[in-house]
Amino acid sequence: MTIKKNKKEKLLEILFLFFAFLSNILLVGIIIILFKESLPLFKEIKVLDFLLGRHWYPTYDPPEFGILPLILGSLWVTIGSLLVAVPLGLGAAIYISEIASTNLKEILKPAVEVLAGIPSVVLGFFGMVVIAPFLQNVFKLPTGLNALNASILLGIMAIPTITSISEDCISAVPRGFKEASYALGANRWETMIKVTVPAAFSGISSAVILGMGRAIGETMTVLMVAGGAAIIPHSFLQPVRTMTATIAAEMGETAIGSDHYFALFGIAVVLFILTLIFNIIADLVAQRFRKRIV
Amino acid sequence: MLNISNRKWRELKQQIGFMTVRLAALIIFIILGILLYFIFSRGIKVISWDFLTKMPEKGMTAGGIFPAILGSFYLTMGAILFALPLGILAAIYMTEYATQGKIIRIIRIGISNLASVPSIVFGLFGLALFVNYLKFGVSILSGSLTLGIMILPVIIRASEEALLLVPHGFREASLALGATKWQTIYKIVLPNAIGGIITGAILGVGRVAGETAPILFTAATFYIRKLPDSVFSEVMALPYHIYALMTEGSHPKEQKAIAYGASLVLIIMVLGINLLAILIRNYYRRKKKW
Repeated sequence: MTIKKNKKEKLLEILFLFFAFLSNILLVGIIIILFKESLPLFKEIKVLDFLLGRHWYPTYDPPEFGILPLILGSLWVTIGSLLVAVPLGLGAAIYISEIASTNLKEILKPAVEVLAGIPSVVLGFFGMVVIAPFLQNVFKLPTGLNALNASILLGIMAIPTITSISEDCISAVPRGFKEASYALGANRWETMIKVTVPAAFSGISSAVILGMGRAIGETMTVLMVAGGAAIIPHSFLQPVRTMTATIAAEMGETAIGSDHYFALFGIAVVLFILTLIFNIIADLVAQRFRKRIV
Repeated sequence: MLNISNRKWRELKQQIGFMTVRLAALIIFIILGILLYFIFSRGIKVISWDFLTKMPEKGMTAGGIFPAILGSFYLTMGAILFALPLGILAAIYMTEYATQGKIIRIIRIGISNLASVPSIVFGLFGLALFVNYLKFGVSILSGSLTLGIMILPVIIRASEEALLLVPHGFREASLALGATKWQTIYKIVLPNAIGGIITGAILGVGRVAGETAPILFTAATFYIRKLPDSVFSEVMALPYHIYALMTEGSHPKEQKAIAYGASLVLIIMVLGINLLAILIRNYYRRKKKW
């Protein structure tokens, strides 16, 4: 009786263990499928020509599969989004955690959560119907669908990540740090800028890197507002095309097993590796923060 | 004299600093306000009972968005039905069984990296695996599975948190009475964690309902003649519908108006779902005081 019971218990544990590893299994599955579906392309062209090629003409005869303009497009809008999101997101985090009254906090924190909940397609829509005409008028452009528009929207999307994680990290800085600073005669602002924020720096950096990872992987908003020109960007007022938008726009029209199909999976591999790197760095930095503070 | 001006200067700097960060918070608040204002003020004019319950008409330039709402409902339900049991089982291992730090670390790396995979990559994965390889086609099933995989990390983390909130004494009391580990989990731990798990699941629904990229090639279509009748049917979905209205078709003006309405419906759905999750969380928190 007991032996039977023990066996059942042991079996259940193994079952649970399997499901706990499901995320890892899926991750490996994703890697295998991405590589399997992109490798045939690299029998035709060299990896370096793919990564550093300056022309993306997948439907020309002969086609050209150079994704440098797409990689640069993604990097431009990602960096642009950080220029929007870091000052606003970090400023708001400092304000919410250190200055705002309890009542204001009760309004601001849910507002940031609501912003996080807005679907990306709705933001893209907002970018098309509100921000694009505005940019077109202000800068006298032929179209408001460009890198600047995408940067603004991606910035708005990254703000909740940056604000809420930074706020947690700033709040986690031990009180003793601040009290020591006040005791030395520093005022509240000096304490914040010279003690609290630097103590939370690694946590804040990890928030920024996570926000970056989100921005570079975001599809719908950039697909709708970035303009879609696969050229190497020179200005924020130009239309650009990102890796994600290319996959989303072109996969529907390619034949399975064509070079174009393989190339789009190749882009997904690059994208996957980039976000993986961002995520690993963010994790390492966050660990450093925890070790320092605790 | 010098001292006083120095102090004044420092105070001025503090004032400017406070102003700057206050301004940052204010700008975020204003951005949210403008966004909601535009969608609400334009969208509300389009929304009516017919808009919510009728099929689209005249090549998407008139009529309602019912099939898109229904399609989003099917896809999110499918995703949760798939991800919730798997997520709970994974969380049970993490909180109840795992003892070795190394195994937990490896599992956590998997969860965290799965969560960071871009949504369009999930879409390609679903296309290659479910649509093409397993021959589910562009269907509710393929889309639900793809979305389900995507929110698995969210569900695992939420379930884990909920399980950890159950006090240790509960488990010890049950074990002391001679119950086995599984009996303890099944009869004591899970029932006490259910509120938190439901909250996590609903938050997952809120995220999935707004996702577009994963269903682009696995489930969604711009127009269907009849409502889906099996899990192998293609569906319209609300987020995809908004995208298609803005990028396809030949009547931008009429389509834009419908897109405003659809955006408002989507925002209300997503925020409503999140609000529901918060209410349920608060209800269980009040009920359970350990």
